[in-house]
Amino acid sequence: MRDLFFELADHAFGQLAGSEVLLANFSGEATDFIRLNHAQVRQPMSVRQGELSLALIEGRRRNQASFGLTGVAAADLERTDLVLRELRRELSSLPEDPYLLYCTDAAHSERIERGTLPSAEQAIDDVVGAAAGTDLVGILASGPMMRGFASSLGARHWHQVEAFLFDWSLYHSGDKAVKCAWSGSRWDRAELSRRIEAARGQLEHLAQPARSIAPGEYRAYLSPAALDELLWMLNWGGVSAKAQQTKQSCIQRLVDGEASLAPQVQLTEDTARGLAPAFDEVGFTKPAQVPLVRDGRHAGSLVSPRTGAEYGLAANGAGEDESMRAVALAGGTLAEEEALAALDTGIYIGNLHYLNFSDRASGRVTGMTRFATFWVEGGRIAAPLAVMRWDDSLYRLLGTELEALTDAPHWILNSGTYGQRSVETSRVPGALLRRMTFTL
Amino acid sequence: MPFDAETLAQRFRRVAPAADHCSLRVVEERSETISVRQDQAEPVRTSLDHGGMVTVVDGDGIGYAATSDLSDAGLAWALAQAARWARLARGRSVFAGQPPQLPQPRGRYASATQRPMHWSKAERIELLMRESQACRIDPRIVDWQASLWTLGTQQMLIGADGGAPALQSFDFTIPSLHVVAHGDGVTQTRSWGGRYNGYCQQGGIEVIERSGFIGSGRRTAEEALQLLAAPNCPSGRMDVVLMPDQMMLQIHESIGHPLELDRILGDERNYAGTSFVTLDMFGRFQYGSPLLNVTYDPTRNVEFASFAFDDEGLPAERSFLIKDGLLLRPLGGSSSLQRAQRRVPELAGVATTRACAWNRPPIDRMSNLNVEPGESSLQEMIAATECGVLMKTNRSWSIDDSRNKFQFGCEWGQMIRDGQLAEVVRDPNYRGVSREFWRSLTMVGRPETVEVMGTPYCGKGEPNQAVRVGHASPACRFSDIDVFGAER
Repeated sequence: MRDLFFELADHAFGQLAGSEVLLANFSGEATDFIRLNHAQVRQPMSVRQGELSLALIEGRRRNQASFGLTGVAAADLERTDLVLRELRRELSSLPEDPYLLYCTDAAHSERIERGTLPSAEQAIDDVVGAAAGTDLVGILASGPMMRGFASSLGARHWHQVEAFLFDWSLYHSGDKAVKCAWSGSRWDRAELSRRIEAARGQLEHLAQPARSIAPGEYRAYLSPAALDELLWMLNWGGVSAKAQQTKQSCIQRLVDGEASLAPQVQLTEDTARGLAPAFDEVGFTKPAQVPLVRDGRHAGSLVSPRTGAEYGLAANGAGEDESMRAVALAGGTLAEEEALAALDTGIYIGNLHYLNFSDRASGRVTGMTRFATFWVEGGRIAAPLAVMRWDDSLYRLLGTELEALTDAPHWILNSGTYGQRSVETSRVPGALLRRMTFTL
Repeated sequence: MPFDAETLAQRFRRVAPAADHCSLRVVEERSETISVRQDQAEPVRTSLDHGGMVTVVDGDGIGYAATSDLSDAGLAWALAQAARWARLARGRSVFAGQPPQLPQPRGRYASATQRPMHWSKAERIELLMRESQACRIDPRIVDWQASLWTLGTQQMLIGADGGAPALQSFDFTIPSLHVVAHGDGVTQTRSWGGRYNGYCQQGGIEVIERSGFIGSGRRTAEEALQLLAAPNCPSGRMDVVLMPDQMMLQIHESIGHPLELDRILGDERNYAGTSFVTLDMFGRFQYGSPLLNVTYDPTRNVEFASFAFDDEGLPAERSFLIKDGLLLRPLGGSSSLQRAQRRVPELAGVATTRACAWNRPPIDRMSNLNVEPGESSLQEMIAATECGVLMKTNRSWSIDDSRNKFQFGCEWGQMIRDGQLAEVVRDPNYRGVSREFWRSLTMVGRPETVEVMGTPYCGKGEPNQAVRVGHASPACRFSDIDVFGAER
């Protein structure tokens, strides 16, 4: 799609008149999905999709539209012309935009990461074969993901990653399951089998009857996957400069210097070590890292070009939603293999589920435990735990109650596929908590 | 870029292979989002999406392939890919030896639009600007935004075996507005229609006119300031009266999702979750109090998810899912029902297997899921409450993966004391367990308390899908609920 995107963009640039400027964004993928339930195939499919977005600018006026590409040059050139004509026809009737800001540099970049991905036959044979005899449910997504940007001012960026993500759960019975994910760019049947076998081994911990506990405060350990869920709440207007400027951030007290997190909390938007493209929708190149929290104190925010123009802040490559694409929380000093021993007696939480703010201004979040969550006694797993609702504040969970972070952050590829596969990633350690509040 | 249904159907049938089932679903959608924030127009967004998904059944294997290339070559690619997946799945699919029996699609549907949206984008900006400017009533109003989202969608479903294409055409209109007030360390958000587009219906300009959106700016800003000055919601067990813009969320999370048949069958266990409802509970389980009547109603013509047939082609009809509190049938269409009937042959479903777009296969959704009105006026519900809170407009939602333990929060609360509405309170929340909660339903509002709401963002499925669903509900009263407020 790379050649087609630049052909379409160049064609559109050739249609411009006078002082018109055009920004072109591309997003696409060619993905094989295999959805499974009970270790059998539920819905297998191939999806080819590509979307071209054109933003026509003249002076301070902007009009933009996106449309699906067929992948056939003649048809897509015709669509490009149609859309460009519509944008131009409407443009003069739209008001000027005082916060319009776009990159005027003619910067170029290209990142192409090839992979060795399975064919449809190989994928289905390997997954169904390795899962035989288990109650496995989940999805394999495999194929290239592409993003592109070009401007009539000469900028050209292309980002292509060929990767797979197998996101699955292995069920013991009822709602007792082990949750797993394996992502990468090189498919390896032996590694797949090893991982499913390892998950099968963990099922023995789920064989005992689930234990229920009374609501209250308990010592707890959040696995990297569970802590990752918690950190993504910061993407709901938390680290956004616009949300902070309008007093809506869930970490407003941290931003305003009224509260702090634990001194070991170092949070960064780490574009350099993520899978997301290093350019934004208006052509700016993203910094390799944006520090957000240092030593438990507010260190920075994600600023989109539009927010930067509105509030007089320096933009730092954030998209319009000003959310993290490459979360990185620095590891601590607790050896991961010592986590259970350090927990001693309390709750080991494998995953969290359905988080939302119960009190956004106080940074208070509620959610559920899910999948492999255990009652631990004397550093040993004693029994699986029936799901519990928790409700606690970020200032406690990442602040006063944070005892330690594990020493080896896990790399996690976001499994989201709304509209298209996510290229968001995290590097997150586990967290040992002195107390966590469970409510129901 | 409208497609020619007849021509496309002919071309598809010409290249379709012989198969146990072969069909093509084409979706074309135009979406326009206009927004004014703090009296400045945001960038206007137009999206033109189109494409098709081929479904092929081979024995008990089913396969899909999706592309925007609807030329002969594109259709041939999709047919070959779908047939390949169906062949590969054969003998190792969840249909366990029984070929999925998919309906032969037929019929037509069009939104009952009275006044198609003909306002230019500049005219829509003017409308939003007036509401935005009306929000600027106090320096403590720190952010505000008015938006209008309109969509036009055409869908076609055809089988390779013949018959006229089944066509559906939809117009969706979604106005929204929210205001943020801040003072003395407290931030409060008040929205009109819900912060996440709760006022959404089929239709055109008439949706805006009947919705009350015009004039909502100042009113919403005033309510945001009222919340800013209001005390925190008290904690304790008390009665709650939930207005329709919170009832829609309560229905959605604690009735809709647990009744989805694919969750009950385990398909969603890795992502959205499972259900506390099991197949043996239909016809036997008392889901709520005898006052609870819940319908699946795709025939209510302004509601967001009305249609004539689902995306597997099954004709859609109104059905009771819960009657007099008794659970009767799940939200499951042809392919899920076929799997479930292996265990419970008498189980009946509804036509609600839907896809969010051309690039995702249909799965069980909730579509229009409504609580039927009862016999109480709002005044009677308030008068019957000695101590309680009236809550409006969902703000926060969380529920476990079996859809049991929930916790929901609202933007607006108003105390009820000795049968009278009293002071406004901020940050009202409540929590409970689904079946216990619905059994505590003590009064259901009359038809005049009903509002037709919905959401464009019901998420589930792997790969993920966000679909439009509708919820019409009266105000309802629940007894002895665990209520609480904010931290400070």
